[in-house]
Amino acid sequence: MPLPLRSLHAFAGGVHPLGNKNTDVLPSIHLHGFKEVELLMQQHIGPPCTCVVKPGDHVDVGTLVGRADKPMSVPIHSSISGTVKEVHYVVSANGAPVEAVRIESDFNHTINPFCKPPKVESFEDFVQMIRDSGLVGLGGAAFPTYIKINPPKNKMPDTLIVNAAECEPYITADYRQICEHPDDIIDGILEVMKWLEIPKTIIGVEDNKPLVTRIFSHEIKKRIYKTGKHPDIEVRTLKTIYPQGAEKMLIYTLTGRKVPPGKLPIDVHTLVMNVSTLRFIGLYLKEGIPLTRKRMTLDGSALNTPGNFIVPIGARIQDIIEAAGGTREEPKKIIMGGAMMGVALDRIDHGIIKANNAILVFGSEETTLPPESPCIRCARCVNSCPMDLIPCGIDKATRLRDTEMLEKYHVMDCIECGCCTYACPSKRFLTQSIKNGKVMVRAERARIKKEQELLAASQQKGGSSPS
Amino acid sequence: MKLQVSHSPHVRDKATTQSIMLDVIIALLPATIAGWYYFGIRAVLVTMVSVASCVIFEYLSRRVMKRNNTISDLSAVVTGLLLAMNLPVSIPIYMVVIGAAFAIVVVKQMFGGIGNNFVNPAIAARIFLVIAFPKAMTSWVVRVGEWYSLKSVDAVSSATPLTQIKAPDAPSLWKLFIGDKAGCIGEVCILALLIGAVYLMVRHVIRPWIPMAYIGTFFLLVFFFGHSNVFNFSGDLLTSQGWADLFHESLYMLLSGGLILGAFFMATDYVTSPLTTKGKLLFGMGCGILTFLIRYYGNMAEGVSFSIILMNILTPHIDDWTMGKPFGEVKENAKV
Ligand code: SF4
Ligand code: SF4
Repeated sequence: MPLPLRSLHAFAGGVHPLGNKNTDVLPSIHLHGFKEVELLMQQHIGPPCTCVVKPGDHVDVGTLVGRADKPMSVPIHSSISGTVKEVHYVVSANGAPVEAVRIESDFNHTINPFCKPPKVESFEDFVQMIRDSGLVGLGGAAFPTYIKINPPKNKMPDTLIVNAAECEPYITADYRQICEHPDDIIDGILEVMKWLEIPKTIIGVEDNKPLVTRIFSHEIKKRIYKTGKHPDIEVRTLKTIYPQGAEKMLIYTLTGRKVPPGKLPIDVHTLVMNVSTLRFIGLYLKEGIPLTRKRMTLDGSALNTPGNFIVPIGARIQDIIEAAGGTREEPKKIIMGGAMMGVALDRIDHGIIKANNAILVFGSEETTLPPESPCIRCARCVNSCPMDLIPCGIDKATRLRDTEMLEKYHVMDCIECGCCTYACPSKRFLTQSIKNGKVMVRAERARIKKEQELLAASQQKGGSSPS
Repeated sequence: MKLQVSHSPHVRDKATTQSIMLDVIIALLPATIAGWYYFGIRAVLVTMVSVASCVIFEYLSRRVMKRNNTISDLSAVVTGLLLAMNLPVSIPIYMVVIGAAFAIVVVKQMFGGIGNNFVNPAIAARIFLVIAFPKAMTSWVVRVGEWYSLKSVDAVSSATPLTQIKAPDAPSLWKLFIGDKAGCIGEVCILALLIGAVYLMVRHVIRPWIPMAYIGTFFLLVFFFGHSNVFNFSGDLLTSQGWADLFHESLYMLLSGGLILGAFFMATDYVTSPLTTKGKLLFGMGCGILTFLIRYYGNMAEGVSFSIILMNILTPHIDDWTMGKPFGEVKENAKV
């Protein structure tokens, strides 16, 4: 078998945290038997859904619970069968109040009779079908997929990039997805290529996952054998470095295209999709069951049995941890998502949402919070920043609350990857500080805009400008 | 259950300020020990006094300023070591203490402690001592009488190789390289300095840009514009002997004085050098040019210290000029 091509380009910066892919050889386990789930009515970037059930209603797996009325919004379906108990407001993991539906299970797992494989005859059908399936970007961004695959006509993509990099430490959910369902992934890729008329697909895999490269190459060969023609899917290996899986970095390493600040991949005619997202498309076309389950990695030293688990969306984190084998010591820190970008939780009764792909349960050995010390200007943050920013400078500007300086340092271009904080020997909370800086800049921009509007309005009235 | 909440990332690299400083100390040790070997036990005393007084002044000034204690980050040890390496062995001990006080109290702590000083404390202290006590700072001894002699010996004022190049008894390049010459405690043994420098680079503590630019620029300037340069060279350039003669001055200049010590260990000081690679190259080139100018036209031995300190002062501006564009900001000519 010819070796897959290596990627052509390399972005500057990045860090090498310990991979900790402890769970990559463990087959995924279906977890059933959750007593209840809590479905948040906003599980995507975009406006929340309208709840269409009320307490007492019976729902099946796949029954519509949240209707997507507004653009950028995608529907939410019940992940278990049972009875709606409560529709109320809860605080989501990132601190915002959001409507939620509590459903008590009847343990029958009946599937909504309306769920059948969709018929797709046109591009419009395809987009509609993707929207109806409730699909969002499963790599963590939760961007509605139907928007992504429906770009303006002058910006149709010419390349589909499949993100199989999975560069976050600990997480192996995509890896298991690939090992267990490569055929569905290729199906998904082919569907997207077909309906969007994309001529070429590149699958990007980090070079610490040779098995994935082999599985894909094999799967592609099988297709050639079956259909007699090459599906124009290419597998390329990437250097193992964090954040290789960040969209902008991945596009650059695979195609040499740079997404300008504030722009989207589609602006350079590239569509990036995560393997799990594509697998779901392949599966949905066969089964017609909306997005109701999620594969996630559970790892961390406080767990009895780390592994990958397939859980109903909305299952509470504490129940998942229990069902997955429980803890062997009192958890010190629980992270929703990966170790580099995940959110540390203060409560664990949240229901998981579509984009969650890991729960890390850290015991005392991983939970250290070294104190901050003064910046020694070692430039490690500068060298590690994949966006070529000056994190220590931004940090300083944030602390001085100097929005002008923040703009000069291009604070808004930060992708919050965490490399700078990881690398800093003074253990400064750079990413956090930079995020605060962004808030300041946004507020300042809004203030200036408002001032200008007021000025324009007063000039229109013929009055003198306010001093 | 009490859960720790903190902002991502939740894993951190192992390196700490302390571990970096420890690496610098380890890298400085070979040259220090070589200095002890060449200058005898008094060099050990000077080193110990310098390090101890730096640490004590750091501790005291943090106490007086009611700030948290920072001696555990080892940066004061590094300053003390560097200061000692920049002193002649015959210096009276009280001057060492004064130098340490100037470095730590005035240059470092009065500006806010580690990370906030705008010039390198050790170099500033050395310059301060040169100005305050010119005689003591420029009397060089080749070797202090008996190796165990602790007294400040009546130094047989010997010229440093810098001023000696034309003299018939100038040391050979090899002697310069292994350190058998007059000079400050830590600057004489080039071999040991290079070992330390390689260690720093292997451990990723420093990047090679500043020393490369510094040494490269300086070497080329001497080669082309030194006393016996390419243009006025009288020998035969076509023979290997001719080239060797020509290189001799450049190499001689490189190996004498504190240039190697300065280039690898003081110009690369994080706090007072630029952040970006471009900035570091510029900084190194600036140091090289200034050292050349001072040595050839200023006629003084302080070329390295002065040029580094001048570039230290320029560092914030260099940082400003060399701030690059964020990823993707440049117009990309990839096929789209
Ligand atoms: S990595 Fe930390 S100590 Fe080093 S320059 Fe950046 S903020 Fe300063
Ligand atoms: S978090 Fe932002 S500033 Fe820090 S390395 Fe990532 S992109 Fe750069």
